[in-house]
Amino acid sequence: MAIGDKPKYDIASIGIYLSLVIIGLLSIYSAAPVEKYTTITDINQVYGKQFLFIGVCAVLIIVILAVEVKFYERFAGLIYIVSLLSLVGLFLFGKEVNGAISWYPIGSFTFQPSEFAKFATALAVAKFLSQLNVSLKNVRDFMIVAGIIALPALLIVPQPDPGSALVYSAFFFALHREGLSLWYLSLGVIALGLFLGTLIINIGWIILIIIVVISIMYLLSRKRKHNKRLPKPRVYLYVIAAIICIAYTFSSSYIFNNLLEDRHRNRIDIVLGRVQDDRGIGYNINQSMIAIGNGGWTGKSLDEATQTRGGYVPEQHTDFIFSAIGEVSGLVGTLATILLFMFLIYRIIIMAERQRNQFARIYGYGVAGIFFLHFFVNVGMVIGLLPTVGIPLPFMSYGGSGLMGFTILLFIFIKLDAHRMSYEH
Amino acid sequence: MKKLLLLSVVTLVGLIFIGRMIYLQVILSDQLQLEAENNSVKTIYDYPERGFIYDRNGELMVANQVAYDVMVIPKETGDTDLSKLSQLLKIEESRLKKKLETARKWSTKQASVIVPQLTQEEYAPLQEQLRKFPGFYIQRRSLRKYLVDHSASVLGYIREVNQSTIKKDDYYVQGDLAGKSGIESQYEKELRGQKGFKKYTRDHYGRAIESYKNGINDVAPVAGTDLTVTLDKELQEYAEQLMINKRGGIVAIEPKTGEILTLVTAPNYDPSLLMGRDRSKNINIILRDTVRTPDLNRVLQGQYAPGSPFKVINALVALQEGVVKPQERFSCNHGYNYGGKKKLGCHAHSSPLAMNRGIAESCNAYFAQIYRRIIEKGSTSSKGMDVWHDHVTSFGLGDYLGYDLPVGQPGRIPDGDYYTSRYKYKWYAPTTISNAIGQGEVAVTPIQLANMTAAIANRGYFYTPHIIKKMNGEAIDNPKYTKKNYTTIDAKHFEPVIEGMNDVYKSGTAKYVQIPDIEICGKTGTVENFARINGEKKQLTDHSVFIAFAPKDDPKIAIAVFIENGYWGSRYAAKIASLLVEKHIKGKITRTDLENYLMTHSLEYEYAKRLSDKPFKINEAVDKGRISKDKEADLNKLYDSLSLQILN
Repeated sequence: MAIGDKPKYDIASIGIYLSLVIIGLLSIYSAAPVEKYTTITDINQVYGKQFLFIGVCAVLIIVILAVEVKFYERFAGLIYIVSLLSLVGLFLFGKEVNGAISWYPIGSFTFQPSEFAKFATALAVAKFLSQLNVSLKNVRDFMIVAGIIALPALLIVPQPDPGSALVYSAFFFALHREGLSLWYLSLGVIALGLFLGTLIINIGWIILIIIVVISIMYLLSRKRKHNKRLPKPRVYLYVIAAIICIAYTFSSSYIFNNLLEDRHRNRIDIVLGRVQDDRGIGYNINQSMIAIGNGGWTGKSLDEATQTRGGYVPEQHTDFIFSAIGEVSGLVGTLATILLFMFLIYRIIIMAERQRNQFARIYGYGVAGIFFLHFFVNVGMVIGLLPTVGIPLPFMSYGGSGLMGFTILLFIFIKLDAHRMSYEH
Repeated sequence: MKKLLLLSVVTLVGLIFIGRMIYLQVILSDQLQLEAENNSVKTIYDYPERGFIYDRNGELMVANQVAYDVMVIPKETGDTDLSKLSQLLKIEESRLKKKLETARKWSTKQASVIVPQLTQEEYAPLQEQLRKFPGFYIQRRSLRKYLVDHSASVLGYIREVNQSTIKKDDYYVQGDLAGKSGIESQYEKELRGQKGFKKYTRDHYGRAIESYKNGINDVAPVAGTDLTVTLDKELQEYAEQLMINKRGGIVAIEPKTGEILTLVTAPNYDPSLLMGRDRSKNINIILRDTVRTPDLNRVLQGQYAPGSPFKVINALVALQEGVVKPQERFSCNHGYNYGGKKKLGCHAHSSPLAMNRGIAESCNAYFAQIYRRIIEKGSTSSKGMDVWHDHVTSFGLGDYLGYDLPVGQPGRIPDGDYYTSRYKYKWYAPTTISNAIGQGEVAVTPIQLANMTAAIANRGYFYTPHIIKKMNGEAIDNPKYTKKNYTTIDAKHFEPVIEGMNDVYKSGTAKYVQIPDIEICGKTGTVENFARINGEKKQLTDHSVFIAFAPKDDPKIAIAVFIENGYWGSRYAAKIASLLVEKHIKGKITRTDLENYLMTHSLEYEYAKRLSDKPFKINEAVDKGRISKDKEADLNKLYDSLSLQILN
C-alpha cells in the first residue's frame, strides 16, 4: 500500500445497504408473530433478534474493512474449502428445521452454512479465473470453474434446499462478463421455454412450433449472403437441432410428470395457472398478494394491516417479508425497495467495471449476480410471478445467517473497491 | 455487449416488478382489500326476534321458541375426549365420531351443527360443561312456535335461504332464515326486522382479536314487526276440520272491509311439521306429494270453471244492459235448444220462470237465453262479448286480484278477441253459450269467487281482499285496501238478484241447509270437470260449489266453498258454507246434523277412482263416502303405495 493512499469506501452502496437493513427491520417488526408488541430490542422476539444480528453485522463490517485487503484473494481457496466442509458437515451434525437439514444448532440460535458458501464460492471463482493462464475458452478451465460453482450447489440440493442451490446459476453473469458465450444462456432460456411450453400447451403444438421455427431459420439462412466465418448451413444440422429439441421436449415432460416430486410440481402448476388452489399450496402466494393489494398506495397502519397482523401470510417475516412491506408501506414502500435493489446492483456493476484488477471485477460481478438472483426469485415469488422457491430477500428477510452472509458478500467487495487505486496484482 | 447483459436484465426485471406492483396495489387494490377484509374481519350477526302473528281477535297464532344448536369448528378442537363429550351430549360415541368426521370433511374452519335444536332444559347443563371442549360452542337459534295446528298454507313457513335468494338480495347470508310461502313470505321484510352486526378483526385461526375500527360500522338490530292478520282463528280451525278428507278450499271475506276471515285449502297439514328435527323428512312427504298436492294452494292457485254461481253475474249484466226485466218469464223444456247438436240440458222444475226462480232453481235455459241477449245486443258478437267481458271483470274476475299473499292465478274471462282468434269463421252467441252457466271458457279461483260474492253483498263494490290488519298493533292504512272498487252494475239491479239468491235458501237448491234466524243468500254450483288419465280425457264427478253471504241486509260474511268432485252444490259445499256462516254470525252451531254429515264423510274414495286404473262411475246418486274402518284401511294401502313412489 502506497503511503498516504487512504481507502475510499463507496458511500452510495453503504447507504443503500443501511436503508434496506432498516426497512427490513421495521418490516420484520410489523410482521412479527406476536400478540402484543414489546420494545424493538426484545431479544425474545424476532425483531429483537434481528436487531442483535444487525449489531453483529456492524462488528463484522469493521473486521472485514480492517483486514488487509490482500487477505481475501490470498485465502480465497481456504475459505472455499472450509465452507464446503461446513456443508458436508451438515450431513453429520445438521439440525432439521421444516423438513430440511440446513442448520447447525448453536445454543438457542442456528447457523446456516449455505448462506456463507455464496461469498466463499464468489471468492474462489474470482481467484481461479483471475489467474493469468486461465481462460474460459479453454475447455479444461471452463470445467474447473463449472465445478467450483456446482460443488456447493450439489451439496445444498439434497438438504433439500433447491432454492439456495439455484442461486449459484447467478455466476453465469460473472462468467459472461469474462467471455463466456451468450449461447449458454440462450440454451438455458430455450430449454426453460420448451419445458414450460409443454406444460401450458399441448406437446403436439410445441413440436409443430419447433419444426416450423427451425424450417424458417433454415430458409432464411439460405437466402442470406453467406458469411465466410461461419460454417456453411447444412440441412442435416437443422434436422439434428430439431430432433434434439423434440427429444428434450419429450424427456422434460416425462421428468416433470414422473420424476419431480408433487410439491415441486404443484408450485409450478400454480404459477402457470394450470391449477387454481387458493387453499392448499397456492395459499401462501394468494395471501401474499392480498396483503400487497391491501396496502394500496401508501400502506395501512398496523391496526389496519389485517393480513400482516393476522398472520395470514405464512413465513412472512422470512421469505415473504416483501408482502409485509407491501401492506404496511404500500406502493411507496414496494417501489422504493425495488428501486433500492436495482440501484444497488447497478452500483455494484459500475464499481466492478472500474476495478483495475480482474479478481475484484469478477468478485463484483459475482456479488451483483447473487443479489440479482435473490431479488428476482424472491420478489417474483412473493408477487405471484414465479413458483414458490424458498430463498430470502437480501438484508430484509429475518435470519442471522442470511444477513451476515449478504453483509460479508457486499462488504468484502466494498473493501476491495476502496483499495482499487493501490490494489493490483 | 458483455458489460450490458446484467444491467439490462436487472432493468427489465425491475420494470416488470414495478408494473406488477402498480397492478396489484393500484388496479387490483380494491378487490384485494375486499379479500383482505373477508379474510380478517369476522362479522357476527345479531338476529332480532321475528315478529309474532296474531289473528283478528288478538289471539296469538305464531310465536317464537328458542332452540340451541351444538356447533363445532373442527380446526379448533384439540384432542377431544370423545367418551366424555358423548356422555355430555347424550349421543352415542360412534355417532358423535361420525358427525365430527362429516363436519371436518365439509370444512375445517367453518362451524357445523353437531346436535341440532336442543331445548332450554337440555341446554342448561351443557352451557358450563362445554367450555372444557375447545372448538365446541352453542349457537342460539330462534325457531317458529305454532300455537295452532292448522292454517299452514296461509301462514307459510320459514326456512334457510338458498343460494339464489342470497344472490338476489344481499341482506341474506348463508344460514339465514326467511319466509318461504304464505304470510311469512309476503311480510318477510316486516316480520324479520333488520339484523344487526358487529365486526371483529380476527387472526388466521379465526379467533376474534378486537372490535374492527372500534365498532363504527356496527349496526344494532331492529326488532321484527308483529302482525295482526284478518283471519279468525276459530273459524279457520273449524273450516279446516270440515275439510278433512276433502280437497278444495274455502275463502270467507268480510264484505264491509275486504278482510279475509278464512282461507283454507285442503288437504292441509300441521305447520309445526315443517320445522324442528324432522323437518326435512316431512318436507319430502308434504311438499313433494304429487297426488294430493297439499303444497298447491287451491283457493289462490286453483283455476276452476265457476259453474252456476256465475249465473248471478250474468243476471246482473243482463239487468244492467237492459235486455231483461226481472219479471220476464222464460220457458224451460228440460233444457234450451240453442241450435247446436245437443240442447243445453236442465233438471226438472216448474216452467216458465222469471229471474227469481231462475236463480233459485238454477235454470240453465233461463240463463242461456239472457246470456244470448247480452251478446247479441252488440252490433257484432264480438262487441257484445266485449261489453259482457267488461262487466264481468269489474267483479275482480279474469285478472290477479291484488291481495297480499304471494301466490295467485288470474283466472280467465274471455272477450271478443279471444273467440275471434280461436275460430276461423264467424262465431255467434250460441258458440259461447257455456259461459251462460259458468262452464266453458270461464275460469276463476275460489278467492275470486268469494270476492265476487262480497261485491254482490255490498250491492256493487268490493275492497281488495287482504290478510293484513295491523302492524305492531296499528291498523294499516294502505289505500289499496281501503278504496272501494266499483263494479259496472248499478246498485238497484242487485236487489232482484239478491232476492233470487235468498230464495235459493228459502225454497231452491239449498233449502235443506237453511240456518234458523239467519237470512242467507247463496247460489249452488255443480261443475263438470275432466282429467287426463293415461292420456285419455275422462269426465270426473262434478265439483260441489257454493257461494253465500249473510245476513242479507247487513252482510258480515261472504263465502265461497269449492269441493273437488263433491258432486252437486248442496251435497258438500253448501253444507260447509252454511255451518261457517252460522259459526261466524252466531258463534255456535245449531245444525249439528250438517256438521255430523261432514265429519263422517270422506271424499277420498272419489279421489282414489282416477288412480285405480280401473273403469269408474261418476256422479253416483248415493254418497258412498261414509267413513268406515275397512274403507280407510284400503285407502291407506293405496296411498302408502303411492307415497312410496313419491319418496323414491
